[in-house]
Amino acid sequence: MILLIVFLPLLAAVIAGLGNRLLGNTVAKVLTTGALFASCLLSWPIFIHYLGGGEPTIAPVFDWIHSGDLQVAWALRVDALTAVMLVVITSVSALVHLYSWGYMSDDPDQPRFFAYLSLFTFAMLMLVTANNLVQMFFGWEGVGLASYLLIGFWFKKPSANAAAIKAFVVNRVGDLGFMLGIFGTYLVFQTVSIPDILHMAPAMKGSTIGFLGYRLDTMTILCLLLFVGAMGKSAQLGLHTWLPDAMEGPTPVSALIHAATMVTAGVFMVCRLSPMFETSPFALTVVMTVGAATCFFAATVGLVQTDIKRVIAYSTCSQLGYMFFAAGCGAYGAAMFHLFTHAFFKALLFLGAGSVIHAMHHEQDMRYYGGLRKHIPWTFWGMMAGTLAITGVGIPAVFGNTMAIGFAGFHSKDAIIEAAWASGQSGASIVGMIVALLTSFYSWRLMFLTFWGKPRWAQSEHIQHALHGEHESEDADDHAHAAHAHDDHGHAHAHGDGTGGYHPHESPLTILVPLILLSIGAITAGFIFHGYFIDPSAGEAYWKGSIAFREHLMESMESIPLAVKLSATIAMLVGLWTAWVMYIRSPGLPAAVADQFRVVYGFLLNKWYFDELYDLLFVRPAFAIGRLFWHRGDEKTIDRFGPNGSAWVVALGSRVAGRIQTGYVYTYAFVMLLGLTAAVTWAMTR
Amino acid sequence: MIGLTHYIVVAAILFALGVLGVVANRKNLIVMLMAIELILLSVNLNLVAFSAYLHDLVGQVFAMFVLTVAAGEAAIGLAILVIYFRGRGTISVDDVNRMKG
Repeated sequence: MILLIVFLPLLAAVIAGLGNRLLGNTVAKVLTTGALFASCLLSWPIFIHYLGGGEPTIAPVFDWIHSGDLQVAWALRVDALTAVMLVVITSVSALVHLYSWGYMSDDPDQPRFFAYLSLFTFAMLMLVTANNLVQMFFGWEGVGLASYLLIGFWFKKPSANAAAIKAFVVNRVGDLGFMLGIFGTYLVFQTVSIPDILHMAPAMKGSTIGFLGYRLDTMTILCLLLFVGAMGKSAQLGLHTWLPDAMEGPTPVSALIHAATMVTAGVFMVCRLSPMFETSPFALTVVMTVGAATCFFAATVGLVQTDIKRVIAYSTCSQLGYMFFAAGCGAYGAAMFHLFTHAFFKALLFLGAGSVIHAMHHEQDMRYYGGLRKHIPWTFWGMMAGTLAITGVGIPAVFGNTMAIGFAGFHSKDAIIEAAWASGQSGASIVGMIVALLTSFYSWRLMFLTFWGKPRWAQSEHIQHALHGEHESEDADDHAHAAHAHDDHGHAHAHGDGTGGYHPHESPLTILVPLILLSIGAITAGFIFHGYFIDPSAGEAYWKGSIAFREHLMESMESIPLAVKLSATIAMLVGLWTAWVMYIRSPGLPAAVADQFRVVYGFLLNKWYFDELYDLLFVRPAFAIGRLFWHRGDEKTIDRFGPNGSAWVVALGSRVAGRIQTGYVYTYAFVMLLGLTAAVTWAMTR
Repeated sequence: MIGLTHYIVVAAILFALGVLGVVANRKNLIVMLMAIELILLSVNLNLVAFSAYLHDLVGQVFAMFVLTVAAGEAAIGLAILVIYFRGRGTISVDDVNRMKG
């Protein structure tokens, strides 16, 4: 069954990708979407089976590498941890496939798009079912490739190509760390099989290894190298710069790859190898610090961005930070729980944003939205569910209330903050609370700017294009709307209501159905599953050693101070209130605040100047070195003495030889005479 | 008394004149053909002179062959010259340089 789940998407991708135009849009779409829904339907029973306490299984496929001591086999491992990832990946992917029917309906390259999506799903499934590090690396690179292809899907846009290359290159930095980690692991353990490594890891605690001339703790160095890989894939502070740019890709891609699945691969890897990380407290501290820093950084940047997809991208980055700092505190169950719930509500937010963008004729700037609540009600309620989930709305279990109940993010995020406090990392816990406030603020800011207030569409260039029919790639539907809007033109202007005469239209059913299904997930996932993921006893029974589940940590979560338990909810309310004041009660306030704190605002708007810093530190020196080698090394040394030099010698020789051929008979005769004389002289004097 | 030495000297002078005629001639191709004849004649003179001196008739027979070949050579050379003149309108040695590299 697991074979079917993993290989159906590959089969569909290969057929749709190679068949491409031969098959046509409909066949490719039906094939890939059908395969994904089949995978999804097969995955849920597996998940439910593990919820009931299933034992880990390994399905061997075939041998891969046999070389001396190195034995690598293709094998699909399924345990509680993999089961979580399986349902997340296949569900979100199936819904994104369906969503793309509506979203990509105008696109000329649909078979290619769907083939890439399915290929990505296959690679991601390969990653999470990996039984050894090499196979995991295969999946790791596979998702990187699919991500590159999909970010650059609209390859006629230079910005999309640049973003795709940036994502690939930044990920290379992380992958180098991951590869070194794998090499080091093999060096230390003489195997790449994950169960064997995890079995042997505790015995290696405290041993040292020579690295770069220093004696270092073996497990610390291995964990840190592997964590560098996780940082790259999961866009943690320092290697995060590619994620916001990756929003150049189509929105379904952002939802699937850059929110729900691929970016969480790093978290999954840390959890999968958690018994290894447990042996190195220092590495865990690093994981926690990086996670908390990313969490805070991304949330602050998200406060001031105006592009709807970028806000959500920074939000993703921030939530990934949450997961890492949960893992760093030892609460792997909480990290996986947040991964699980986050996949639903963040995919929902992205798909909702895509629906808004679809309705607003590819306008992505929130400053040109406003008042969309009545025009696209289904999208609005979907986004609402996502926002309630991400900000963590719920009733905490305090004041005699024994049962906490709330949206998905409420359960998972509060668990992270509480686990951080319980593990003694009160500093990280406080960062988590502050970020909860920031999260609430930017999420509600997004909602208020988009759905409340007066329409501000008239200034948008995209809307102008739509109204005047200048956009050539419009489908018939849009044409009808544009024509319709045209009729109302004078009427609308007379009112001066800021709509510019444009009427946003609700998205088709293929877009709305995924939104509704994900909404259900975003609302209920936290409440239904929190017991299995983080409850001290039920969690232990569920995970069955597939992650290093710290029972006592989960137990001590229940005896933390009341203030900490309430903190996340209070932070959420404060963020909501602030956003309401700034964007509904007095809409002039944000501009005034930005003006007052211009330096801070600029700092945040420019994403802490990370891109500029990297440009200065890496990109420009790399270009300078490249130019040096190109001009000095290649042109002036190799070319000059190599090809150009030999060509010059031949040209000179032929010029001299050519000059001898005067063409005059007497010259030839004279030379002949000289030669004859010389020959005779030689013959006589010999 | 005119001896062998005289014949050889005359033949050598003729040969040198012939060579100079080929090498130093810048005027026209007919003169060059005539110079070649001169070279052949100087050789003939040598052949005949040595033939008489050594009392061996082979040299004189050989001289007859050379004369025949020279006649043929002159005929072909002149024919080429005529064709060349029709084509280029000149037989000046300095203009005949189409083989220049």
